[in-house]
Amino acid sequence: MTVQPTGLADYNFAYLDEPTKRMIRRAILKAIAIPGYQVPFASREMPMPYGWGTGGVQVTASIIGPDDTLKVIDQGADDTTNAVSIRAFFAKVAEVSTTTSTAEATIIQTRHRIPEETLGEGQVLVYQVPIPEPLRFLEPRETETRKMHALEDYGLMHVKLYEDIARNGHIATTYAYPVKVEGRYVMDPSPTPKFDNPKMDQSEALQLFGAGREKRIYAVPPYTSVVSLDFEDYPFEVNRFDEPCALCGAEGVYLDEVVLDDRGGRMFVCSDTDHCEKRRAAGHRGAMASEGTLA
Amino acid sequence: MAVQSQDAIVTGGFDAPVFDAQSVFRALMDAMARPGTVQAIAPRASAPSPLGPVAAALALTLCDVDTPVWLDAALATDGAIARWLGFHAGAPVTDDPAAAAFALIGDGPSLGSLDRFARGTHDYPDRSATLIVQVPDLAAGPALTLTGPGIKQSTALAPSGLPARFTTLWADNNALFPCGIDMVLATPDAVAALPRTTRIQSTEN
Repeated sequence: MTVQPTGLADYNFAYLDEPTKRMIRRAILKAIAIPGYQVPFASREMPMPYGWGTGGVQVTASIIGPDDTLKVIDQGADDTTNAVSIRAFFAKVAEVSTTTSTAEATIIQTRHRIPEETLGEGQVLVYQVPIPEPLRFLEPRETETRKMHALEDYGLMHVKLYEDIARNGHIATTYAYPVKVEGRYVMDPSPTPKFDNPKMDQSEALQLFGAGREKRIYAVPPYTSVVSLDFEDYPFEVNRFDEPCALCGAEGVYLDEVVLDDRGGRMFVCSDTDHCEKRRAAGHRGAMASEGTLA
Repeated sequence: MAVQSQDAIVTGGFDAPVFDAQSVFRALMDAMARPGTVQAIAPRASAPSPLGPVAAALALTLCDVDTPVWLDAALATDGAIARWLGFHAGAPVTDDPAAAAFALIGDGPSLGSLDRFARGTHDYPDRSATLIVQVPDLAAGPALTLTGPGIKQSTALAPSGLPARFTTLWADNNALFPCGIDMVLATPDAVAALPRTTRIQSTEN
């Protein structure tokens, strides 16, 4: 085996072999046909550890083509280790063009965020999912959770949310907040903040979910109802932030807390780095942005 | 004649298997995610007649040794298509429609009952058949109104070459949800899909 100094190395386009891609493609089609249902698939070992997005990478590898433009985000950021590594992986094994711009991407692989910019019809959002089964922490047996999905028996999940209210006075689940897809399957939206849940509902983009270790693929087609579970007297609410982004001044976006020193200094900044950079390039300034520099 | 049919069987696969399969799959994925949209597929495969180029390309993209394929009477004929699938995809052809992961339908009007195909189980609704139905076109047939996931409000499709009571057959299929079969309509140059979630009504004229 020789590795060419330029061009593709000695493995197949997009790393996976063709029978594997076909198997994953068949699973993706069934996942789209049964929104929110977790389709088992024969997950492969990938050249990265479980927990680093092996499910998302396999889904991306099975759908990506030479004409695609790939964006990868990790907690909203284009420039963290996971995002940089996966982007470099596909730039190498599929020679696709990559971008950090949400609007330019045809495929966006994400770890735990949905971009602030509304996604459009030509885009596919691929989620990296650690635990695809929303009922797993309530019922550890796969045989039982499978039966609960078959019987549409989701009472346990409502009890869990009720106990949240009984103990804390409100639904304390803030991420991986369970949703019901098209009135049938309860689904884990992956550990995205519940702030992002409303973006999944009636999205113009196709949403695909890959869980490598747990060997499941599921999907939400475009224009599909995604409802966060709640109660009439305790309706679902998204997180709110007291102050705007310290760099770009954006309101109504998801913010990360950054600790600045050991004396309680902190700032809140956009978790979506592309959104923040574009706003600053357009002249928006937050309270802590330095005047001279653009990120 | 034997030599000629042998040629027809060993030729006609993808020229660039990796990229052809990827582009056909993306068209099909878009079709499945957005039921009623018509996705063009350039000719990439040629199988023995009467299996058309798009249905042939879909078969090469999806089928392999893991997926038993069932052929209707129009495609089973002299066995040439079964041998072509075996040579190019390695897919076994089965006589039992209930055992098929994919069913290739050459003669849509005599499709008959959908009950004979695997519909999945309530535990595993994904273990259901996908029907690939060859139709002449998607615009000249009876007008249908489609609603459901993947469709913004509603959309129109007018496939010809489906059974006369197709909307009734399909409503029965809808009633099985989350079980049910999924259908792919292949014209000579394009594809549209009807996943089990799509509800279909005849458009009154």
